[in-house]
This record gives sequence, structure tokens and C-alpha cells, in this order.
Amino acid sequence: MRRVNDLRARNHPAWWAFLMHRLSGLVLALFLPLHFWALGQALHGEAALDGFLKFADHSLVKFGEWGLVVLLALHLTGGLRLLLIEFGPWSGLRKNWIAGSVGLAAATGMAFALALIG
Amino acid sequence: MTSNLKVKVWRGREEGDFATYEVPRLESQTVLDVVTYIQRRVDPSLSYRYACRVGMCGSCAMTVNGVARWTCRTHVSKVAKDGRLEIAPLSNLPVVKDLVTDMSEFFDKWARALGRFKGGTSRKDDFARVKPESLERRAVDAGIECIGCGACYASCDVVSWRPEYLGPAALNRAWTLVNDVRDTQRQERLGAVAGDAGCHACHTLATCTERCPKQLAPTAGIAGLKRLLARTKLEAEA
Repeated sequence: MRRVNDLRARNHPAWWAFLMHRLSGLVLALFLPLHFWALGQALHGEAALDGFLKFADHSLVKFGEWGLVVLLALHLTGGLRLLLIEFGPWSGLRKNWIAGSVGLAAATGMAFALALIG
Repeated sequence: MTSNLKVKVWRGREEGDFATYEVPRLESQTVLDVVTYIQRRVDPSLSYRYACRVGMCGSCAMTVNGVARWTCRTHVSKVAKDGRLEIAPLSNLPVVKDLVTDMSEFFDKWARALGRFKGGTSRKDDFARVKPESLERRAVDAGIECIGCGACYASCDVVSWRPEYLGPAALNRAWTLVNDVRDTQRQERLGAVAGDAGCHACHTLATCTERCPKQLAPTAGIAGLKRLLARTKLEAEA
């Protein structure tokens, strides 16, 4: 038996960035089939798509949409950080990008929330 | 500095438990000092490993309060804020006894990554001249100070998930050697570090880079190996 690390060993920004990237990626991947299904409603005519869009106006769906936008912003900026680490001339873990991605996701989330309210 | 430290130390092998010891708190005390005190004054049956005591040999790494560290240069004041220490053997390696792990597979993986230099010249040839400012030389400089303590290997989640993974230290060594312009085994080494057990298994969690006591960045070397392999493959197909 070997000892396995617990959260104490993992508690550093780059590890949390990894977890954030992985979880946001999984949720977005699960959402994609739903997204295509929703677009596919247009194939059944105008009424079918309008019916779905009406359903999408529910506040709970809007809240879900807000969550997706935040996750997308997180995943996008987190992915850019990984690309910089993998392909750029390397100089550190780019923790500023971790802070940046969280900040950008928060800003995007607030902007989207404002748009929803307005 | 008269208070006592409460120190939990792993005792046993695969089966075992933490034993608690009281150790006098001293000024400028290191974690290795604490372990040595227990072995010399309290329980001589405690097994642990150290040699140089000055951060050169890489033999005293242990898990201190859940984090892999070199114990000889880890001050108690840095890690035991509330006067408590938990000292365990390194993770991801078989435990021999108490705080001693079997490092064989760690070093076997260096060999598997072709971690040995092989030159093409003899003593009769002139010195190789490598410009200090060249990209390759700077890449070697950035990774060459590894002391083989295993803190990165013990901290790496990918090693836990995928036991055949070569690990950060072996890949860092391979990276310094592929950048050594005198070495003659570059192609073989790139083959040895490619694939699911090699650099492509790394998820860029960067715990190795966070935990390296020498502040090296194995994550950088692994990313470099991935880039180099991609370029080599593209050039071969062109």
C-alpha cells in the first residue's frame, strides 16, 4: 500500500485551476447535446422552435444560461492559460492568468446578469 | 521557546498508525531535527533516512502536515503554526518502515526515461563549447539542479492515477538531456518519454512545480518535451 495525497497536498492555485477547468469542461460537454437538440427544433418548423424559446424565457432556465456563460468564460480563459504553458516560451505557472480567468468570468457573469435584468 | 511540539509520526509499514510524541520546541529547529530528537531521545526504533542535512543529497523528503517537503531545510516555524506536526513517509511510493520509502521505482523510471548522459567524444577530443546564452543551455540550467528527493513524484496526482507514469523528476531529467547538445541519444530518449506513460500523460496540475524544494519547474520541462515531440513528428512527416 502506498500513501495517497489528500487535499492538503493539492491546495495550491494551479491545482484549483485544473479542477475548475475540468469541471467546467464536463458541464459544458454535457450541455452541448442539449444545445444541438434545441437548435434542431427549428427543423420541425417555426412553431416548435418558438415553443422552445418560450420555455427558455423561464427564470430558472435563464439562471442556468447565466451559469453556462460563466463556465464558458472560465473554460475559455483557463484554456488560454494552458495553451500558453504548453506552447509559449515558458516562464512560470501563469498564476496571474488564473486570477484573470476568475475575474473575467465574474465580470462576464455580472454583465450577463445585468443584460438579463435590463 | 520552551513549549512542546505535538508530533504525530507514522509508525509501521503498510499497516500502521500515527504515534504521538512530545518534542521540545527549539529556536531555528527543522523538521529533521524533530525526527532526530524522537529517534535519539524517545524511541530508537524509529526509522528514517537522511545524509547531508544541508539540502544537497535529497534523501530526507517526507510528508509534513500533508505536503511533501525536504525536512532538513524545512523550519518548524514555517509548517507548525499551532505547534502540531504530522510526519509521514512520501506518498506514491511503497513504505519500507516508518518514514522510509522504497525509492527503487522512482529511480528505475529515470533509467526508463534514458536519464543517463551518453556523449560521442573521448577524453582525447577537445572540450565541447556550449554558449551559455544559447536556448538549449538555458533550458538545461533551469532544470539541472534536481537533487532527486522525490517530493515532486510523491505530490503528483498523475503518478497516483497512473502508476506507470514516469513522473516529473524523470521527465525533467530527460528534458535537460535532450537540450544537452553533446548527448547522442536524443531520438531514443524522445521515444522513451512519449506516450501514455510519458510526458503526454501530464495534466498540467503543476503540483510538482509548487512542491519542488529547489524551485525547479518540471511542468516546464514536460511542456517542452511535448513541443519537441510534436515538432520532431511534423518534421519527419514533412
